[in-house]
Amino acid sequence: MTTYIIRRLLIMPITLMGVTFLIFAMMQILGPVERSALYVRDVPKTENQINAIIQRYGLADPVHLQYWYWLVGRRDPQTDEVVGGILRGDLGFSRTGREPVIEMLQRRFPATLELALWSMIPIIVGGIWMGIKAALNHNKPIDQISRIFATLGWSIPTFVLGLLLLLVFYARLGWFAPGRLSTQFALEVTRPGFTQYTKMMTVDALLNLRIDIFLDALNHMVMPIITLAVIQWALLLRVTRSSMLEEMRQDYVRTARSKGLRERTVVNRHIRRNALIPVVTIAGATLAGLMNGVVVTETIFNYPGLGQMAAEAAVTLDVITMLGFALFNGILFIGAYLIVDILYVVIDPRIRLS
Amino acid sequence: MTINTSEAVTPAGRPAGIPLDEGFLRPPSRLEKALGPEWARLIRGIFTNPLSVIGLIIVTGFIVVGLLAPVLAPPPKPGANPYQIPRDGFLPEPKPPGTPWVKNAPYYVPAWYSLTGNEEWVHLLGTTGGQYDIWYALIWGTRTALLAGTAVVVASATIGILVGSVAGYFGGLVDEMLMRILEIFVVFPSLVAVLVLSSILVPIFGRSLWPAMIALIVFGWMGYARLLRGDILSNKQRDYVMAARASGAKDTHIILKHVLPNAMFPTLVFLSLDMGSIVLSFAALSFLGVGVEPGYADWGQIVSFARNYIVSLDTFWYVIVFPAIALLLYGLGWNLLGDAMRDILDPKLRGKIG
Repeated sequence: MTTYIIRRLLIMPITLMGVTFLIFAMMQILGPVERSALYVRDVPKTENQINAIIQRYGLADPVHLQYWYWLVGRRDPQTDEVVGGILRGDLGFSRTGREPVIEMLQRRFPATLELALWSMIPIIVGGIWMGIKAALNHNKPIDQISRIFATLGWSIPTFVLGLLLLLVFYARLGWFAPGRLSTQFALEVTRPGFTQYTKMMTVDALLNLRIDIFLDALNHMVMPIITLAVIQWALLLRVTRSSMLEEMRQDYVRTARSKGLRERTVVNRHIRRNALIPVVTIAGATLAGLMNGVVVTETIFNYPGLGQMAAEAAVTLDVITMLGFALFNGILFIGAYLIVDILYVVIDPRIRLS
Repeated sequence: MTINTSEAVTPAGRPAGIPLDEGFLRPPSRLEKALGPEWARLIRGIFTNPLSVIGLIIVTGFIVVGLLAPVLAPPPKPGANPYQIPRDGFLPEPKPPGTPWVKNAPYYVPAWYSLTGNEEWVHLLGTTGGQYDIWYALIWGTRTALLAGTAVVVASATIGILVGSVAGYFGGLVDEMLMRILEIFVVFPSLVAVLVLSSILVPIFGRSLWPAMIALIVFGWMGYARLLRGDILSNKQRDYVMAARASGAKDTHIILKHVLPNAMFPTLVFLSLDMGSIVLSFAALSFLGVGVEPGYADWGQIVSFARNYIVSLDTFWYVIVFPAIALLLYGLGWNLLGDAMRDILDPKLRGKIG
């Protein structure tokens, strides 16, 4: 196990470097004028301006030098200041957001994280519960229905489901609203009386002891959460179900039954505990699926997170923001997959003890 | 001497006491003689499982609609580009199903049209914002979905199979390097990566099918590569590969003639599931606005028009409901087919189904 973890930790920097190569390569598809947006806020217009900027920021230098500038920054020959450099946290200036990309990422990430964390609750509880129920009633109606339900959820595109929810719950019934907060609270949370500790609206509302704001924020998240959950359920259900079915056939289950244990004990203490180990492996896939879903969901429900930012930037072809978003995702998911992989070998006794 | 097998392994229908060599092996059926046992099991399985029959019917239905597109929705002029959705004027407000078609109606009324109870062309499913006819868009969008989906899937499968078989067959350093490269590509959540790359490619290729298709291929081959590599690693040590190598066969010959055919079935399952998900991603990109130019017959784009009517979806339900049905059915069809194939071919489930 230790060897595996060490190997995994050694590979991580290689992957990280590869990710920077890939993003840099995508950036090289662009011409020097578009790439200059990394350093200057206004797109240069005249020929002279363009040439001056290419000279000044080394945009026509050999590729390996440009990669180096992009990584650590470049000393501006005119002002003697270091500009750019993703390692310095300078990801360029976002045209759509009218602020540095890094600040935009920092400002919007809590909103997305909040949405993702809330979605995890119905996804994990619902998906695992359905998977267990389906396996225990193998090939009975419950099993078939939950599988059909999961396949339907898997087949429906995020944006279609989102719009249908809007049609029913917002346009027709008026139960839930898009956006992040109602107008009466939107202003209030920016005033001095309300401290934004985490920038996650529900958490902040609770910390400020404002149940009304908490409920309002939650109300705005109901539709995005349903959208994200319905699509993620299928994967979780399938893995839980097949893992349960596999464990139910094992010898130790027969042993437990022949000892005279009650069926509930057999299921809860023996089958379920072992069956949930492989479920951890898809935690990474679920996180990635959430991020995919968030891009579309936030756009539809007008929720001011990272996904909405990316979608806006994509429409206006704001490539610098898109590349910043890609880099952010790359780093986030390298970390996430590393944790998932290590967690898996730690909790699986078969691997842990070998 | 006859082998007496226990009751547990006696296959159904064989009376106890009959020697294995007489009763155990039934003669191959006509299907098996013609196609070989694996194909026969796959085909019999698909036609006996109600869910996969539904999937097959849906997929076939879409292919028929795609083929019959010129008859189901003739373009406004005989030589006109059929993928350009005809517009009945430029009014922003959608019109309900059954509204008479005033401008740019299809140039002739096909024979089947009397079934709808109309003599002249009407907007069968209404128009969406900008007076694009929804019926026409869905019919020709089927072609777009099938053609673009097939092209992307074939291209990514080819790249994936190539990388996967090289990595799996040669192993060692080659495998290690290819897998490190692959890991860089899988780090990104798929829609995020595709969104970033296609927004970079739009300025180069213009608004067309190309940016999204290329992006989907670039970030779509990894699944096939992993699948094939795993399969080859497990098959490599089998006797038939050893035998082929011992008889002096070349590497390429062994890969093409022995290893690949054996790895084909899992790939087929993946292909079917991919056909569904690619079109959904494709539609999501169009929905977000980095797809085709406005007016191109594409399901995602038709749904994206609905975004402008979120508040009044109650009145204009048809701008979302009909495209939603098309997208859902398409995804469902391929997923049902793929799921059924997976169950049929999964050795762990073998004998339980079909």
